[in-house]
Order: sequence, then structure tokens, then C-alpha cells
Amino acid sequence: MSGFWNVWVWVLTLGTLAGCLWLLQSLTTRRKEKLPEDKSTTGHVWDGDLVELNNPLPRWWLWLFWITGIYMLVYLIIYPGLGTFAGIGGWSQRSQYEAEMAKAEKRFGNVFAAFADTPIPDLARNADALRLGRNIFLNRCATCHGSDGRGAKGFPNLSDTAWLWGNAPEAIIATITNGRTGNMPALGPALGEQGVTEVIAYLRALPKLAAGTEPATLAPDATAGQQKFMSFCIGCHGVDARGNQMLGAPNLTDSDWLHGSTDADIRDVLMKGRSNQMPAQADILSPDRIRVLTAYVLSLRESSGAQP
Amino acid sequence: MDKSHSYNDVVVRQFSIMTVVWGVVGMLVGVIIAAQLMWPELNFDLPWTTFSRLRPLHTNAVIFAFGGSALFAASYYVVQRTCHVRLYADWLAAFTFWGWNLVIVLAAITLPLGLTQGKEYAELIWPIDVLITVVWVAYGVVFFGTLAKRRVKHIYVANWFFAAYIITVAILHVVNSLAIPVTLGLSYPIYAGIVDAMVQWWYGHNAVGFFLTAGFLGIMYYFVPKQAGRPVYSYRLSVVHFWALISTYMWAGPHHLHYTTLPDWAQSVGMVFSLVLLAPSWGGMINGIMTLSGAWDKLRTDPVLKFLIVSLSFYGMSTFEGPMMSIKTVNALSHYTDWTIGHVHSGALGWVAMVTFGCMYALIPRVYGRPGMYSTKAIDLHFWIATIGIVLYVASMWIAGVMQGLMWRAVNSDGTLTFTFIESLKATYPYYAARLMGGVLFLSGALIMAWNVWKTVATSERQVTQPVMDPAGGAQHHAT
Repeated sequence: MSGFWNVWVWVLTLGTLAGCLWLLQSLTTRRKEKLPEDKSTTGHVWDGDLVELNNPLPRWWLWLFWITGIYMLVYLIIYPGLGTFAGIGGWSQRSQYEAEMAKAEKRFGNVFAAFADTPIPDLARNADALRLGRNIFLNRCATCHGSDGRGAKGFPNLSDTAWLWGNAPEAIIATITNGRTGNMPALGPALGEQGVTEVIAYLRALPKLAAGTEPATLAPDATAGQQKFMSFCIGCHGVDARGNQMLGAPNLTDSDWLHGSTDADIRDVLMKGRSNQMPAQADILSPDRIRVLTAYVLSLRESSGAQP
Repeated sequence: MDKSHSYNDVVVRQFSIMTVVWGVVGMLVGVIIAAQLMWPELNFDLPWTTFSRLRPLHTNAVIFAFGGSALFAASYYVVQRTCHVRLYADWLAAFTFWGWNLVIVLAAITLPLGLTQGKEYAELIWPIDVLITVVWVAYGVVFFGTLAKRRVKHIYVANWFFAAYIITVAILHVVNSLAIPVTLGLSYPIYAGIVDAMVQWWYGHNAVGFFLTAGFLGIMYYFVPKQAGRPVYSYRLSVVHFWALISTYMWAGPHHLHYTTLPDWAQSVGMVFSLVLLAPSWGGMINGIMTLSGAWDKLRTDPVLKFLIVSLSFYGMSTFEGPMMSIKTVNALSHYTDWTIGHVHSGALGWVAMVTFGCMYALIPRVYGRPGMYSTKAIDLHFWIATIGIVLYVASMWIAGVMQGLMWRAVNSDGTLTFTFIESLKATYPYYAARLMGGVLFLSGALIMAWNVWKTVATSERQVTQPVMDPAGGAQHHAT
């Protein structure tokens, strides 16, 4: 705040209060001062019968006004308010936040620190740790991934066997801590409508190929799609289309389709691309909490009965 | 009779009738969206009837259509009677009526279509904003033109409040709506980020302070002494609370942005001025209630006075509640909860609507040349139904709000939140039901009023003209 605006804030803030209190004081009547009593009016008449008395300001109301005015002054001495003057109390909303978080960490940190040395696979079978992990999951994750972790279109199911970024404990910790950005480029301009149709045909043929069908027997669309796939898609999804967890590129040979499995869904992804975000939790969850949460996420698959 | 020797009550009658019409419409939309919170299916899966589009329609209809029409009607009525002259420029006054109603109709079309600026209480798109500005300037010319040719020296206190409200609303509306138009329906505000938010809440809170408080205090200052047949309690109290109210209200906006990226100093200043605002606000309540004091016996026979005294009581309650909610520690609990909705409706139903009903029940018979409304019993019935409705509405939202605030901050022994948001929503349903019942009652009251007004008008001489009354003791002053 520049010098001018600082002065501006001081003058207007205190000036407004001073003006109010000055007016209040100048219209306050002394206790002894006998006013023209109740019965007499100011002498003005409007609309035939509208007249005004001039009773003194009620004492209790005067007190109320003065007390709030003085409160304002005291508050502005202690707290920030008058421009760049930070107040003698040293308060700021940032410092209040940090103090409250430190207090909470002191109170609750131990609960999670107790599990710091237990390996995550063991934590995933520890009822106490899982109870804590579930609470964190419901607070931080359930909004997108669902309270049962089964996700939704565009939000990965955490209870199945398909993992975009891997399900090693370290990988999940990394995902939670730093977040992930999955990026599928829009291929519409490069492939064109027909090209997209061909790539979809190839994707549909992948399970047959895996089952041993000869590539030579594929429909012409799928063959054309294969060529396009080999030039546009293998960089991320791999020659075998099994994806790459280093890049978060999904396996295209299984039945798991994050953004929908119909031709129309896949066409939309190919044409427009996708940019998907897993938000980083590093600023919100301590490493101890993230370990417990990771254990809970791993336990989701076991409880859902999916086979690895 | 020379026209200048009679009051212009044509425009007063027009605005009074539209007050009742828009009141019913606005409250009906309110009841619909209250029902949608219970049963979301009631939006029928149509974009035009979703909560997000009907909610601004409700707020605009009740504040600017219902409240605005009442303010136009009452200020035109009062300024003529207390200046002892006919309204300045009949044609311009007529323009304000048709212009204002055009604004309302355009709002009722554009908001369901999803055309919005996205600023609360300032949603209307820029072409409508321009029309509002033109109408409002015309309003100012009519009002101040009348004030300028008054035949009494002293300006009656009700007119101070009307004047402050007209000037300030013009400034608020123009400054907050400044935007760069792109197409007819699209514009971008000239402010960005937290500055935009601050300007918005400077506008938003002063819309409460000047449109819904100062303007309706103007109504109170005429109709309370008139109806009670008593002198205004204290002139000096009027002076202090008027100046203190309008100067401190200006500062209160930042309390809508506690614990946001608004700099700490601005939050503090907003909070302390909101607290200082308590006494100036109560000045109006004291002056109103003390004016009624000495005429308590009339409450038994005059339901209009009942409306006025209850409105002053709710005014006192909400202007106490407001400063309390602006304190940061209280706000940390109340913000973003239905407590805010309860607070707003304690002011909007309890104060604004009740004082409007009282004013209209007093004003409509007078401009239609009758001794009273068609049915006094119906006024009484309206009063009780409306009062019970408000209590149901406000109490349920208070409880819901405090419950939500407590649920959102409840933590487990491991520091995680005890409840998800959806759990607090589920817990709110019973209160949504009670609120809906309160709203239905309040709307029913408005329908009774509409019937009563219909009967009053239908059985009246439509074209009554009332001669301008000479000032007491002859003309005290001719301003040019």
C-alpha cells in the first residue's frame, strides 16, 4: 500500500468514527439541562399533523454507541486495520491459521506418527490404521473417488486392478503427495474422423489379437487403424497397447475405460484429448497421514474382492 | 381544478398495485426454490427452472420488484404530502413506472434464460443495467425536483432517508456494474479478483443498507407517526442516527469476505464498522417504537399498527444479529451456513415486507379515496399468518445454520472431519421442510392481501384526486 493510500485509509476510517462521535456528543443533552419538555414539538408541521418532539438521546443508547466506538479504536490498535499499521497484537489471518494448524498437529500428529515405522503392506491389514485411513479418505478423496473408492467416469476406481500410475506403495504415496496430471493429446486434427474410426476398430481388435487371432485376418479398418496407432499412440501406450505407468498412460487391452467404453466415448477422447488432474495433498496431509491413507487405498482392492 | 393543486396519485396507485403483484410473484418463486431444496426433481430437469436460475429471479423479484415498487409508491406519496406540492414532472414519474416495470419483466425473461453477470443481487446483464440507470436518474430528478419546489422550509425526516437511498443506490449500481460489453448478453467486469469481490460486497451490503434499510426507514418515518397519530419521538435522535447510519453502512461490506484473500486490514475495518453500526441502526428502531408508545391501545383495533410494530421489532433483531455475525469468531461459524439465510429473511420478511404491508394497507385506501381497506379482518388474518410464517422460517434457518456450522467443524479424535458435507445436508432436510412451511404461510398472507387490495380497488372510485394541502400557518417557504 503506497503512502497516499495508507493515509487515505487512516483519515477516512478515523474521520468517519470521529464525525459520528462528534455529532453524538454535540446532540447529547446534559442530565440537568431541562429540555423543552415532552409536550412541546420542534415547531415544524408537515401534512397537517406530522410533528416532532425533541426528546434527549436515550442514555443506554448513548452508552451503546460510545462503547462500540471505543471498541473500534481499541480493536484497530491491537489488530491490523489502519492501512499498513499491523496492530500491536501481531495478529494476521495467516498467523492464526498457522497457529491453529500447529496446535492440531501437536494434538493429532502422534496418532499417525505411531504408524510411521510399520511397513505399508502391514498397515493395510491393521484395523486401527485402516480406520484412520478411511477417515482421511472420506475427508479428502471421497468427493471424486466415491465413499467406496469405486470412482466414476473420469475418476479412477481404486478398488479394481487397473492402475494408471502403479499400485506399489511408493507409487501411490507419490500420487497422493504430489498429485498427477494425466494428459491425452487431442488427435482429432491429426487423425480426422475416418482415422479415429480406424483407430477405434484397432482398439476393438486388441483383445482378439491377444487371444491369438492372426493380424492378417483383421478387418481393413482395423489394419488401417493399426498403422495409425503405431505412429500416433505407441509413444505413450506402447507397441502392445498395455500402457505405461511412468506416464500414466492407460492399458488399452483390458476392460477398464476411465472415460467410458462406448465407441462414442472413445471417439470423444481421441478427438478432443483429455487432461485429468489428481490434486496434490502435500500441503494438506503430513507424510505419516499419507502412509496411512495409502494403506487404506491398497485395502480397497482386497475388500472389493478383485484379484490382482 | 388546476392539476398543480392536486397530488399526483396516479403513479402512486400504479406502483402500489405492482407492489402487491410483484410481492406475490417474488414470494411464489421463493416458495418454489425452497421446495426445490427439499425435492430437487421440482426443477423438472429443465435448464430454465433450475435453482441456480430461479434463485436470482426470486431475490431480484422480492428486492427490486416488490421492495422497489413499494419504495417508489411510498416515496412519491410521502414527498408530495410532506413538501405540500404536486410531484415534479408527471411524465417523468410515469416514465419511472413503465421503465422500472420493463426492467422487472426483462429480468424475469433473462434470468431463467441463464443470462447473468454472476454478481449477487446485480445479476442483470448490461443492457438492463443501463436501463436501470436511466430510470433511476429519472427517479432522482422527480424526487429532488419535488423536494426543490417544496412549500415548507424544513425537509421532513422521511425525505432525508429517501434522498440518501436514491443517491447511494445510483452510485452503488453504477460503480458495481461497470463492465466492458462484448455482446448484448455478455460483458466482463472491469475489476478482477479480490477487488471485484470487494466492490461486489460494497455494493451488496449497501443494497441492504440503503435500498432495504434507509429507504424503508423513510417509509417508517411517515407511516408510523401518521398511523399512530403521535409526534415523532426525537428529532435529535433522527439527526444522529441518520448521519451515523449512512456514513458507517458504507464500510460494512468486507464482513462478507472474512477469512478470504481480502487483506486483513480491510476485513478488520469492515468488522468494526459493522459493530459501530448497531447503535445508528437501533436509533431508527427507538424512534419508531417510542413514537408508537402512548398509542399502544390502538394496537387492539388497528392491524396496520401491528404490522408496523412487528416490523420495527424484527428490524431491531436483525440489526443486532448482523453486527454479531460480522464478528470474525462468530462469522467463522455462521458463514456459508443457512444462518445467513435466516438472518436475511428476518430482515427481509420481518422488517422490509412487514413495514411494506403496513404502509400499503394505510396508503392504498387513501389514494383510492376510502376510509380503509375493504376488510380489516383480512388484514388481521394476514398479520398473524405472516408473523407465524416468519417465525417458522427464521427459527428453522437459525437452527439449521448453527447445526451446519458445528457439523462442518466437528473433528474426530484423529483430527479428521467427523461429517462429510452431504451428511450436513441430510441433517438439514427437516429444517428445509419447516422453512418451506414458513414460506408458504408468508405467501398465503400475501395472497390474502392481494384479494383485499383487489376488493378495495374494485369498490372504489378509481380517479380520486386529492388537493394539495396548504402548509400549516401558510406557506413557510418557497424554494424559488
